Amino acid sequence: MIKTVVSVGLPVMETMHIKKNRLEPEHKTGNEKRVCIVTGVHGDEIEGQYICYELIRRIKSQMGCLKGIVDIYPTINPLGMESITRRVPTFDIDMNRSFPGSRDGDMSEYAAAKIVEDIMGADFCVDLHASNIFLREIPQARIACAHETLLMEYAKLLNVEFVWVHDSPTVGEATLYHSLNQVGVPTIAVEMGVGMRITKQFGDQLTEGIFCLLKKLGLWEGEVIEPKKPVIANEKDRVSYIHSEASGFFVPSIEHWDGLKEGDVVGDIVDSLSGEVLEHILSPCDGTVFTLREYPVVYGGSLIARILRKEEKKPDPVKEADASGQTCA
Amino acid sequence: MKNMFQEHIYTVKSPYRDDMHISGLKFGRGSKAACIVGPTRGNEIQQLYICSQLVRELSKLEKTGAIINNNEIMVVPTINQSSINIEKRFWAMDKSDINRMFPGRADGETTQRIADGVFRAVSGYSYGIQFASFHTPGEFIPHVRMMETGHQSTSLANLFGMPYVMTKKPQPFDMSTLNYCWQMDGTNAFSVYTPATDSIDEVSARQAVTAVLRFLTRMGIIRYNCHSGYIATTIEEEELMPIKTDVPGIYRRLKSPGDEVRFGEVLAEIVDPIEGEVISQILSPSDGIIFFAHTKPMVIQNCVVYKMIRRLHV
Repeated sequence: MIKTVVSVGLPVMETMHIKKNRLEPEHKTGNEKRVCIVTGVHGDEIEGQYICYELIRRIKSQMGCLKGIVDIYPTINPLGMESITRRVPTFDIDMNRSFPGSRDGDMSEYAAAKIVEDIMGADFCVDLHASNIFLREIPQARIACAHETLLMEYAKLLNVEFVWVHDSPTVGEATLYHSLNQVGVPTIAVEMGVGMRITKQFGDQLTEGIFCLLKKLGLWEGEVIEPKKPVIANEKDRVSYIHSEASGFFVPSIEHWDGLKEGDVVGDIVDSLSGEVLEHILSPCDGTVFTLREYPVVYGGSLIARILRKEEKKPDPVKEADASGQTCA
Repeated sequence: MKNMFQEHIYTVKSPYRDDMHISGLKFGRGSKAACIVGPTRGNEIQQLYICSQLVRELSKLEKTGAIINNNEIMVVPTINQSSINIEKRFWAMDKSDINRMFPGRADGETTQRIADGVFRAVSGYSYGIQFASFHTPGEFIPHVRMMETGHQSTSLANLFGMPYVMTKKPQPFDMSTLNYCWQMDGTNAFSVYTPATDSIDEVSARQAVTAVLRFLTRMGIIRYNCHSGYIATTIEEEELMPIKTDVPGIYRRLKSPGDEVRFGEVLAEIVDPIEGEVISQILSPSDGIIFFAHTKPMVIQNCVVYKMIRRLHV
């Protein structure tokens, strides 16, 4: 059943609606759990659209297997989605820095408050992101350090290549992820693919993972796959960042999710006017590329790649973390 | 007599355009007394103009020996001419906001590196003044704004002689602004707001320049003769009463910042964009003074069109 979560009248003969599709068993007991799948907070992140479509299609085809309520919010920034605008158009505000929102705030804050209100009381939420147009991401679950114990068990079900326990901007304060976890709705953020594109392979992979999660939470009785065993990156300095030092355009020499050795060529920053190589970028470590530059034009400081460092054989990091009281950077 | 000199405090190499040199203009010599920073965003044209007028005045004052010995004043006229020149509010490549990147990171993304380079240059001054703009487009009563970090001093802010001093409890996204980071770094930091952003308002620009010169005089940094300004009213941002539209449409504004209004007075009208009829009147919910006014010609439903300082003692 399609429901409107929030409506805001626009100046000329149009109303913005944020909608959700509620899928629920035909015969309810009144004690059903509820899981929310949210995407489209950034108007240039399209990857989640395919997952919403696929989830709804598959659940509808096996409604008898559904034992709980699944609320799917495919586009919580509809004006951005239709104008290829990452932020909320006209306000130029990042909606994912507007949570938990305010009923007295501008459109972004008002919509954020209504969305949080609508999700409040759910048993779980997955906040689906694509990357922006600059970077391509391997499917990954992201959780903040403070929520590692609460969420890790569920993050491992999502059929992603790895789980990054890190206080990244995606899970920082004022995000949907953070606000929902603050009000008692366990929430995981997922990143995958690249902005303005759909990577069907990643979408299918995540869809399978969400069914695994639904099964674990008792909302789904259909068959599910055995999810991938993700690499867990929760150690300080387990992720290496490569930023460009030169300004020019980036020509990669590697593929996404490639294994690298320290000193391998990652790519070059070159100059189209002089025909010169401005920077020859080498891998600083052994590891796997999980983020790779997609948009070629770079300034000094542009992120080129993130590398998940190869695990060194050393004492159990959990025990080590227990001793130090810290697991994250 | 030494005169103002200019140095590049940070340079962004550009792949296709001129490199962006962020300049610091220094007046006087000696201890780091005051630093003034202009636009961080590409649409802050009023802020650029105010800085230019301040540079003009400081140049004259320096030539006449009116900068008191052992005081250095640095003006950073803009840290984002790349965006100004192509009329983009944020850093054009990735839409990031440099004023949400402080204190920055030397090994971070481009705008984090800019923030780091600028912050290193502007650190250590006794007083830091930024000409800033608000993310909601509209007009304000000229005021001095500061974050409540525990280090803020409203009595010092009062010495600008502007009509209002506003304090704000910092939200998470405020903690990466220059004002907040300056305060946490030990600089007395103030943001000066005038009504305009992407257009020039001569009167309030002049008011801002005079306010800064008045403040520098009262701090014993320069000698400058001007009237003593206002005894400021200090308010907290949370005290402002938002007044919202009930319907969307074409917006007919009837009041301006600074106007005193009475309970029940018509503040604005909403006109049907097709049929031209007035479909709603926005009435004042209280006696008070308009502090902020929406200025765009259209409004969405629930748009905050005014923020009012309520008059409690009538």
